[in-house]
Amino acid sequence: MEHLTVDVAIIGGGTAACAAAVALREAGLTVALLEKRLCGAGASGVNFGGVRQQGRDFAELPLSQRARVLWDGLNAKLGEDVGFEATGHIKLARSESDMAVLEAYARDAAGHGLDLQLLGPNALRAEMPWLGPAVVGASLSPTDGQANPRVVGPAFARLARRLGAEVREHAPVRHAIHDGSGFTVEAEGVTVKSRSLVNAAGAYGGAVAGWFGETAPVAPLSPNMVVTEPSGPLVTRSIGVVGGDVYVRQTRRGNVVLGGGRGTADIADGLARPVSAVSLGAMGKTLTLIPDLAHAQVIRSWSGLDGEMPDHIPVIGPSGTTPGLVHAFGFSGHGFQLGPAVGEILAELVTQGRSASPLQPFRIERFAAWRGPYRSEGEIEH
Amino acid sequence: MADPVVAIVGAGPAGLRAAQVLAEAGLRPLLVDEGHRAGGQIYRRPPPGAERPAADLYGFEAGRATALHDLADALAPRIDYRPGTIVWGLSGREPAGFDLDCLGPEGHDRIAADRLVLATGAMDRTLPFPGWTLPGVFTLGAAQIALKAQGMAIGRRVALVGAGPLLPLVAHQYAKAGAEVVAVLDVTPLKPKVMAAPRLAAMPATLAKGVWYTLRGALRGLPVRPGVRAVAVEGTMQVEALSFEDAGGRRHRIACDGVGASFGLRSEAQAADLAGCRFAFDPVTRQWQPERSAQGRASHPHVYLAGDGSGIGGADVAELQGERTALTLLADLGRPRDAAREARLDRLLARQARFRAALEAAYPYPHHIVESIADDEIVCRCEGITAGALRRAATERDASEMNRLKALTRAGMGRCQGRVCGHAAAEILAHHLRVPVETVGRLRGQAPIKPIPLREPA
Repeated sequence: MEHLTVDVAIIGGGTAACAAAVALREAGLTVALLEKRLCGAGASGVNFGGVRQQGRDFAELPLSQRARVLWDGLNAKLGEDVGFEATGHIKLARSESDMAVLEAYARDAAGHGLDLQLLGPNALRAEMPWLGPAVVGASLSPTDGQANPRVVGPAFARLARRLGAEVREHAPVRHAIHDGSGFTVEAEGVTVKSRSLVNAAGAYGGAVAGWFGETAPVAPLSPNMVVTEPSGPLVTRSIGVVGGDVYVRQTRRGNVVLGGGRGTADIADGLARPVSAVSLGAMGKTLTLIPDLAHAQVIRSWSGLDGEMPDHIPVIGPSGTTPGLVHAFGFSGHGFQLGPAVGEILAELVTQGRSASPLQPFRIERFAAWRGPYRSEGEIEH
Repeated sequence: MADPVVAIVGAGPAGLRAAQVLAEAGLRPLLVDEGHRAGGQIYRRPPPGAERPAADLYGFEAGRATALHDLADALAPRIDYRPGTIVWGLSGREPAGFDLDCLGPEGHDRIAADRLVLATGAMDRTLPFPGWTLPGVFTLGAAQIALKAQGMAIGRRVALVGAGPLLPLVAHQYAKAGAEVVAVLDVTPLKPKVMAAPRLAAMPATLAKGVWYTLRGALRGLPVRPGVRAVAVEGTMQVEALSFEDAGGRRHRIACDGVGASFGLRSEAQAADLAGCRFAFDPVTRQWQPERSAQGRASHPHVYLAGDGSGIGGADVAELQGERTALTLLADLGRPRDAAREARLDRLLARQARFRAALEAAYPYPHHIVESIADDEIVCRCEGITAGALRRAATERDASEMNRLKALTRAGMGRCQGRVCGHAAAEILAHHLRVPVETVGRLRGQAPIKPIPLREPA
């Protein structure tokens, strides 16, 4: 059994966790990060790849806007191309009532500094003639876009390593305690003693919080994703819909990535799988939006494991019970875009005890008296 | 209690014999077949109207092929046969059994089955070499299919290259069909074949004949060369020639317009993967295969395995395993057992296993070739990923495992899902990292097993 003593221990190896390791090293602290499997292979790596501010809960917008600035510099920071492209994110209305939802959101978003363009049927057809007749209008966020989720997390993990963080993969954490002076984290093959502890354990974040007497009702969330073989450029924007039951984008290489509904997950072994009926459903919905994809060939489907909170926004902030403990989990299917900013926020919380971003809505104490349903069945917004 | 639904995936020798045993026992198994006519690959039948004499198509194996085709025809009314249908997804259902996601002539169908017999067969193992992506280069399996199903050769002047017992067999079949076979190049040395010859000759099986004929020069007139190196296909738009270095170090160049290449066979085990079967690494053939007991049980209590899909044994072994596995399944259902029949099959299979071990020794998978694969050579042809990109991902991006390598480089992410490039990529990664190939793992199977259209066929 190996023993490490560091300033900060991090449980979890997703993008936010690895970005936190980077920021903490930049601040001069020693860091040990413990990941159950491979960094960036969980929720960070299996999601749709949407880099989107539009459609978010307004509580998340300040974080999302902060993250958006970071995305512009990510290739340079990470030293590799993570596939980020500001293709714009367009949210489609399939009915007049959908359109009313988009109009109301755009009006309120303007008050939060997010400029959206509403498009009626004519403007929509002029700009995107490949959309099917089911679409009646849309809201465009020109500064949003997409990236390759499989490479972002691992790239942050490598940068953290280069900066001197101890990044341990295949090191599932068994337990963690606080003995009054510091933390002891027991993982497979290694025990870490630290002054501070970051809980970025995704679907397992609630269990980790529970070790410190805190309640956070996290349910497993498994997106159901499908991808086609590459075809010629067609889908110029990253696409979502009101209601969130389907989302579509085309990669630079030409593959069309689509998702919708949920896969299944075994929380015990951490393995998630797509559900074929859900895949077929998402394929059908995609065709009503983009009929020209009729002859595309689907080559792969997948799922993964994220954590979902009952109110669909994450837990981010200091522990209510244990000084030195900081949480960031339960991103409810839309944490990918936030990851780089959440890393910085976690480092601020560790080094200064506060963050430049408003975190009041994300505090864990909101669930202290939680008696409601554990699992949400809502659509995943993308 | 109603009879359980048994679904058999694959209508080659293994699947057909399993179907026969289950039908004899009064069950009505479901037989799902990607092919349009039962028979599998080795006994592939031409489309209706294009039939030719069995002796021309199957050579030594004509009798067995005919017997199996007759069996398929006789079974048809007693089983639920679904030709032209791929099983593209498999998932467990509560409280037990499986749902099979199928795509056939009528569109998508979801079939519930209590037990599965997976007889999913094999395909060629490929290794990259210069020019291997040029039009005119085929796998040996494809070269056989062209001959059997379409009555066509892959070229006028055909060169065959690679390793494995299929090499002399296809050479023999092509020569017999009247094609001009201009070279048969084996990248493994002659020595292991000579060493294995006595053990091989002890087994009077068709493949042994093929090997024995090779060794004795019975393919006289065919330019068979063992131990060749630096094989390269030359051409600009299509195959024009094959160049190589012989065992003595001399360079040769042979003009040709078709190349068949294969370096042995690999199990098609994606269905077993999706069904949740445990896999084990076979150090002899250097591939991961679903665990299979001698009686045909997989690690999953409701899954049974037969034929090349769970370990390469060839068509004769597949037939025996199909029969044996179905008997095991019936026994597990509480049906009366025929101990004498089981014992006879076990004896025959044990004998086949000894022969197979000799054959594997004669035709080792030539993984040493990966040393000589240049950095600019394409390994994953779906995504255009080179050997150099794989090596750089290993060195510079911490890719020490196959699924991570896939995520970072896109190798194995295209329409074949790593079925073509997976083994070569694993060998390249392991060789570059100087670790045993089993430590880099294997690509996980993902639905759909083969591409399906976004829109359901009308």
